[in-house]
Amino acid sequence: MEQIRIGYLLGGIAVMAAVTYIIRMLPMAIFRKKIDNVFIQSFLYYVPYTVLGAMTFPAIFYSTQSVPPAAAGCAAAVVLAYRGKGLLIVAVGAAAAVFAVQLLMNIIIV
Amino acid sequence: MRYEEFKEGIRDGIPICLGYISVSVAFGMTAVLSGIPVWAAVLISLTNVTSAGQFAGINLLVAQGTYLELALTTLIINIRYFLMSLSVSQKVEENMGMGKRLATAFGITDEIFAVSMQRKKRLSAPYMAGLILTPVLGWTGGTLIGATATSLMPPILSASLGIALYGMFIAIIIPPARIHRSVLYAVLLAVAASCCFYYLPGLKKLSGGWSIIIITVAVSALMAWKFPVSPEDEEDE
Repeated sequence: MEQIRIGYLLGGIAVMAAVTYIIRMLPMAIFRKKIDNVFIQSFLYYVPYTVLGAMTFPAIFYSTQSVPPAAAGCAAAVVLAYRGKGLLIVAVGAAAAVFAVQLLMNIIIV
Repeated sequence: MRYEEFKEGIRDGIPICLGYISVSVAFGMTAVLSGIPVWAAVLISLTNVTSAGQFAGINLLVAQGTYLELALTTLIINIRYFLMSLSVSQKVEENMGMGKRLATAFGITDEIFAVSMQRKKRLSAPYMAGLILTPVLGWTGGTLIGATATSLMPPILSASLGIALYGMFIAIIIPPARIHRSVLYAVLLAVAASCCFYYLPGLKKLSGGWSIIIITVAVSALMAWKFPVSPEDEEDE
């Protein structure tokens, strides 16, 4: 395997870190006052739900070895969340469902 | 009082930290297997604290890409943090000083953002410090574990944990969507749009980073126009 030069690597890491930080820092530094505009306020109110919705679907179905266990995990998460369970329970429940279905599939296939 | 806030932050950061460990172990392994030294993998995690951006970054570093390519790719994948940071800037305590704002900005990830938006109170600096500290430790520590031990977890277990962060997102979206019809519409529209971007031949070419931004801006703007939220409603929920 070809060795990557340390100088290049350090520079690259600095570029990645700087770009990422500037993106996160600018809004925090600029918008120090509460924005009164109703449209902007409403827009920001919806941002968490739209961004998380778009990031979760359909990516969740490809987050494990194959689609069936992921679909089971997704179903488990939706049911648990619908019943008002907390973040940790929903996350662990989803992972447990994936694990169970994956195990089942391995047994059936082998 | 302030110490209580810090402890609450730490507590709320624990589920994020657990989710991060599995992903960052995978990152550490991928990095080392593709030829990045252990120290560099850990340094990347500590200074970037972002998943997709880091995976794309190491691909480019290994391919000896130019710094410009690296900067643009990082920008596109991570530009969504701009919107998240904007939301956070409106929710932190209004008298928070510039230094604390700049420090808080460092830790705005998808998950930390999501959890901070869920909090009923204004965001204080000690709370954010706690909420950022645990996940960053998990993220960096996981990278170190993954990078040093090539295979720590059996694959079936690490594959199962891959869904944990999405499970957390679902836990954040669904309860308010049950109560507020407008939130339900916003989520459904975003999911439908995201599936279109993912599966339709023409739109598929667009990178994931861009499609998330386009969807977030378009759907949030549409909802803000059709279903404006008065400040009082927002505080009530």
